[in-house]
Amino acid sequence: MKKKVSGAGGFFKRAYLGLVLLFLYAPILTLIVFSFNASKSRARWDGFTLDWYIQLFQDSDILSALYVTLAVAVLGAVLATILGTMGAIGIHSMGRFGKGLWMNVANLSMLTPDIVIGVSMMILFIFCKLELGFLTMLLAHVTFNIPYVIFSVLPKLRQMNAHAYEAALDLGASPGQALMKIVVPEIMPGIVSGAILAFTLSLDDFVISFFTTSEVQNLSIMIYSMAKRGINPTINALSTLMFVSVMVLLLVLNKRSSLIEKR
Amino acid sequence: MNRKIWATPFIVWMVIFTLAPIVLVLIYSLTDASGAFTLDNFAAFLDPIYINVLLRSIGMALLCTLICLLIAYPAAYFLSQKDIDKKGVLILLFIIPMWMNFLLRTYAWLTLLESNGLITSAVNRVLSLFGVQQEVRLLYNYGAVLMGMVYNYLPFMMLPLYTVLSKMDRSVIEAAEDLGANRAHVFTRVVFPLSLPGVASGITMVFMPAVTTFVISRLLGGAQFKLFGDLIEQQFLFTGNWNFGSAMSLVMMVLLLVSMGIMNRFGDKEGGGVL
Repeated sequence: MKKKVSGAGGFFKRAYLGLVLLFLYAPILTLIVFSFNASKSRARWDGFTLDWYIQLFQDSDILSALYVTLAVAVLGAVLATILGTMGAIGIHSMGRFGKGLWMNVANLSMLTPDIVIGVSMMILFIFCKLELGFLTMLLAHVTFNIPYVIFSVLPKLRQMNAHAYEAALDLGASPGQALMKIVVPEIMPGIVSGAILAFTLSLDDFVISFFTTSEVQNLSIMIYSMAKRGINPTINALSTLMFVSVMVLLLVLNKRSSLIEKR
Repeated sequence: MNRKIWATPFIVWMVIFTLAPIVLVLIYSLTDASGAFTLDNFAAFLDPIYINVLLRSIGMALLCTLICLLIAYPAAYFLSQKDIDKKGVLILLFIIPMWMNFLLRTYAWLTLLESNGLITSAVNRVLSLFGVQQEVRLLYNYGAVLMGMVYNYLPFMMLPLYTVLSKMDRSVIEAAEDLGANRAHVFTRVVFPLSLPGVASGITMVFMPAVTTFVISRLLGGAQFKLFGDLIEQQFLFTGNWNFGSAMSLVMMVLLLVSMGIMNRFGDKEGGGVL
């Protein structure tokens, strides 16, 4: 039975949801509005300007941080997807003991607090005399991404018909061919969502990157060190652009998944 | 079955980059600067200075979790009901902040609360209307850090609550109503108990990052305001005492694993409820 919202109850519900949304969005909207403010003040509006955006794109430090962020996210997601997918296929065919053991290791890595992952990897890199920088940050990102890929691919492997692989072998395919032509296409949705998850987690990471690099900075580290020195409208401009990109990415993903559902 | 060998690169990677670092932390925590075995690092942690910071972190994280639960539960409950207009858009609006960089969310509050920020200047203007000349400071105190935490982690409480409430079988609620329960009874005896798995995973998702954060306290609490995460960061990046830092990292890991264990007893038995 469908009841129509009416009266005080319905109004109260909408007002409450509106208030929570206001709390969630007001700070971000203020940040965005003040990225177009002509004065450096955060309390007074002195007219519209794009100066902060122009400054942003002339700042070579910020541009190189953007490059580092994207490079680490793409490379990290690709490597983690390859390692994680191979790992999931291997784990899936293991016995009870091996399966439990390696899934627990993956779980442990997901449950370890970021700060502990960060400092423990920093110890490892310094222990191995690896210089902290782009490479160490990439290694750390691949590491924290792998479990997310594993847990997106494993359910697809479980749904798959276990005999399809054996049938391919019986029909004369080599194990490698059977895997690439039969198994991988079947589990592709899991691989893709694992890769997207890895990419977004990597874009967003601050804590683990902070401990595993020194001079090479990504955007999060840059925002952190700028914010510690005080407010700067250039960060507002940068934040606005990051917020808008996340919004666009989410809307595209949302469209994509609803298109798939319709198909 | 030789398909197991496909896992080899993954296994090698996990051993080197996940297990080895944890073993190194364990070794560092149990040795002194010269490498000899000692329990001094853990003993040093028992100093009231550090214990107080640990207790403050746990207390703040618990308070933040409670506030998030109190704000998010009604919101998720209203959102899960059928009679709300434009539900899809609303749900998306609640999810978007989850995907926003948390530094950005913290920074947004920094700009509002700093001494000539929008909120602070508005509060001071109102106060001066009432003849109060003293300027209030809203940043760099306990309240600012707590506020930043609640703001950051609220969406993590919303989502699991909404998921469990919207999947709830409506006919169970109707059955309770037919059997004569009033609205309060329906909620306390039926809806709330059935939503406990969502409450448990929401609590885990908020408590875990809240108790380990060092960024929110650094940006909104200032250099003097220390949480457990700040202590660890400080030992590794400034003091350079890795042995003591490792001991604290282990304490943090054990604390979290124990609280996860406790929450899992109440939570989702099917597992995978954390994300």
